[in-house]
Amino acid sequence: MKKFDKERVLLAVAGPVIALAVAFVLSAIVLIASGKNPVEPFALMFEQAGFSDIQVLIVNQASMYYIAALAVAIGFRMNLFNIGVDGQYQLAAMMAAVVGAHANLPAALQVPLLLLTAVFTGAFWSGIAGVLKVTRGVSEVVATIMLNAIATSLIVYMWKPDVFGVKVGNNNTTGEMHESGWIPGIDMGAAGEIYGLVILAVLLGIGYWIVLNRTRFGFDLRASGASESAAAASGVSPKRMVLTAMLLSGAIAGLAGLPILLGDTHTYSLNFPTGIGFLGIGIALLGRNSPVGIAFAALLWAWLDKASPELDFHGYDKEIAVIMQGLIVLSVVVSYEAVREWGLRRQQRRVGAELAAGHVLGANNTTKEVAGR
Amino acid sequence: MCVINASSSPPAGAAVHGQATAVELAGITKRFPGVVANHDIHLTVRKGTVHALVGENGAGKSTLMKILYGMQKPDEGTIAIHGEKVSFSSPADAIVRGIGMVHQHFMLADNLTVLENVVLGSEKLYGIGAKARRKIKELSERYGLGVRPDVLVEELGVAARQRVEILKVLYRGATTLILDEPTAVLVPQEVDALFDNLRELKAEGLSVIFISHKLGEVLSVADEITVIRRGTTVGTAVPAETTPRQLAELMVGSELPTPETAESTVTDRPVIAVDKLRLAAPGGKALLDDISFTIHEGEVLGIAGVEGNGQTELVDALIGLRHADSGVIRLADQEITSWATRKRREQGIGYIPEDRHRHGLLLEAPLWENRILGHVTERPNAKGVWLDPKGAQEDTRRIVTEYDVRTPGIDVTAASLSGGNQQKLIVGREMSHKPRFLIAAHPTRGVDVGAQAAIWDHIREARREGLAVLLISADLDELIGLSDTLRVIYDGKLVADADPATITPEELGTAMTGAAEGHLEHEETPETPADASTSAESPEDEAR
Repeated sequence: MKKFDKERVLLAVAGPVIALAVAFVLSAIVLIASGKNPVEPFALMFEQAGFSDIQVLIVNQASMYYIAALAVAIGFRMNLFNIGVDGQYQLAAMMAAVVGAHANLPAALQVPLLLLTAVFTGAFWSGIAGVLKVTRGVSEVVATIMLNAIATSLIVYMWKPDVFGVKVGNNNTTGEMHESGWIPGIDMGAAGEIYGLVILAVLLGIGYWIVLNRTRFGFDLRASGASESAAAASGVSPKRMVLTAMLLSGAIAGLAGLPILLGDTHTYSLNFPTGIGFLGIGIALLGRNSPVGIAFAALLWAWLDKASPELDFHGYDKEIAVIMQGLIVLSVVVSYEAVREWGLRRQQRRVGAELAAGHVLGANNTTKEVAGR
Repeated sequence: MCVINASSSPPAGAAVHGQATAVELAGITKRFPGVVANHDIHLTVRKGTVHALVGENGAGKSTLMKILYGMQKPDEGTIAIHGEKVSFSSPADAIVRGIGMVHQHFMLADNLTVLENVVLGSEKLYGIGAKARRKIKELSERYGLGVRPDVLVEELGVAARQRVEILKVLYRGATTLILDEPTAVLVPQEVDALFDNLRELKAEGLSVIFISHKLGEVLSVADEITVIRRGTTVGTAVPAETTPRQLAELMVGSELPTPETAESTVTDRPVIAVDKLRLAAPGGKALLDDISFTIHEGEVLGIAGVEGNGQTELVDALIGLRHADSGVIRLADQEITSWATRKRREQGIGYIPEDRHRHGLLLEAPLWENRILGHVTERPNAKGVWLDPKGAQEDTRRIVTEYDVRTPGIDVTAASLSGGNQQKLIVGREMSHKPRFLIAAHPTRGVDVGAQAAIWDHIREARREGLAVLLISADLDELIGLSDTLRVIYDGKLVADADPATITPEELGTAMTGAAEGHLEHEETPETPADASTSAESPEDEAR
């Protein structure tokens, strides 16, 4: 049945390709409407992708996007919308920074300690939403949005000098982390350094695929997402699954900020990147919750981010990239649903046609089947 | 005896009778993304007759009626109403032309009165006050519908709701009524009452298109029968000259299977024992009350009852989707009352759910993943905590072959199979894990006749090998034919029991309305119920 496999690849690729094409065209229209050349900005940005220093920036940025998007995707796979990845990773990064500044163990212990701190902080924060949903029926969407706001306030509170904060000029920081917790980068010569934790992102992607596709737990999780009622009847405890998925999502989210924290900034300051959790939602959507798809989507996003500043030097607004990201998300939602329905109908038709032609697996009654026509 | 016209001749045949044609469909073809499409359909309904449209589930009856009711446009072919060619683009067009549809699932608002339900959407016709009430009363009397305009719909039984639906259609001026499987929700006495109503309609010159796959009913009520198979009309017949067997052969191209089991295989070793099970709704109303029964190895216990009397809750309690408020469930010698669903399934409870799309399948997942569903912890689907896709795929191929699931492969989604093939996959999956106890809720609902026979065979075979089965079905023939013991559920209680060897569907039907209790004895002179319409009022329908 290789035919149907090819079919699945076609369907998997058709959605994103259509979405990207539509987004490019719409962005070009926006450019034309503002009286600009609709092609040159893209040419400039493509050119940027060829420079090795930009490439390093893209990979570094993409690693964080990737982890955040994985966290969102775990929720998506079972119809949970964890909007709280943003709060979870920021809070987790801050806790890791604080622990890293105060504890000073040998690197072999310090690094796992920091990773675990981030994992547990993220899981704790998302777990609040999970518990609320399971015990009180509170929508996880509402709960995680609220928790994002609370996380922001909590971070501001912890920046106070009498709590964990250290003022550096006008900047709020958590103080410099001990060097045993720093993770060396991969030296790319003049192009710069790739964060060491990029490898963690890759490992997480592989782990995500294995857990979802090759374990009983992953099957239960996917079944819950595909049909809650069928999953319950198959023996999945819906509440436990909601809570587990929320905790897992938060745990991964907690790691999203670590590549830059342990690889570059070594402190949680006002300059620490925000909004990665929200971008992760769009990236997970574009990547269709698949680890490979998300990787491409994360790289695409990072490219738009890192190549767009160049536009300012050529009389274009770099916000073109942001417009484009928005348009991609919009077209993704529409095109995926359309492709999904089209694919289902197409397959039903093909199955009908194959059956009518007598291509039945283990054909005992083939003759009877054909005789009716 | 030649009762069957070739499919090309009906238009000519109609003219012979010299009666005006109410509806004529000619050469209707509908290409449809799915397994069955309509292909070259011819259907002629004469004025003042009941015309039955029969065919297996999935043969294309519903599609055809959707075309006639303006819900879908045919790709080819013509529709003529009273000799005039028409083209419908919406049900509103069809209603204007006097076509009315009574859906299988009623479209009534429970919290409104009958009057309000009837005028809803047609306020312009006779207003919403006295004039409308007069019209409703007049229609009700004229056709013997016995509809009271000021009762709340939620107080009505299923049969009464159906009559409200019919009145709703008449109120809008329908002269041709389409009834989609109207008897599916009724007990035999209510069916008789409905048929009386249909005869009244016919006497007043209205035409009725009666869709069904129950041949006995069709032969008793229809003036003419059109048989549809694999999306095309394969012939017409006149009831007086036709036997159910001939009709069945026309429908499926083969003989109708019977569900009768040969000899009893019941043993004295109990497999599942339920004792004083009680389950209450959040408001405190008992959904299940004092349910006790024991099923032995090799025994099929059939539960008869009008839908919504606690069957769903009973199944949920047995599979562990809901936990009983009190009472004890034992599997062999273990108490399983507090076990979770997964443990129950692992320990040998098989489950053929009532609604396979909601509870039995992942529609957009490939067949082999559906084979894993419900048995993810068991071999050949898993080794330890790891899935074993290879093992599952191999076993899916085996099930597809052994259970005759018609599919081109195991990588297609479950949604692309027809209902019967989906059901065969589910039956195959459940049987593959050698259950000790099988919950079979409507195991052949929506399944074509061939698959039905196959499913019955599998249940019978497993029963011979010592399987205990709880069978819930709306098909009384299936219940009587397959069961070793029969119980009747009414309002959450098991109110009566019967011996399937002697009981008739009519007697069972009486008990299903709550009119009879205790042990039902077959009476040699089957009395016709004195007032079928009163007994028809009683069953409560909680489903809506």
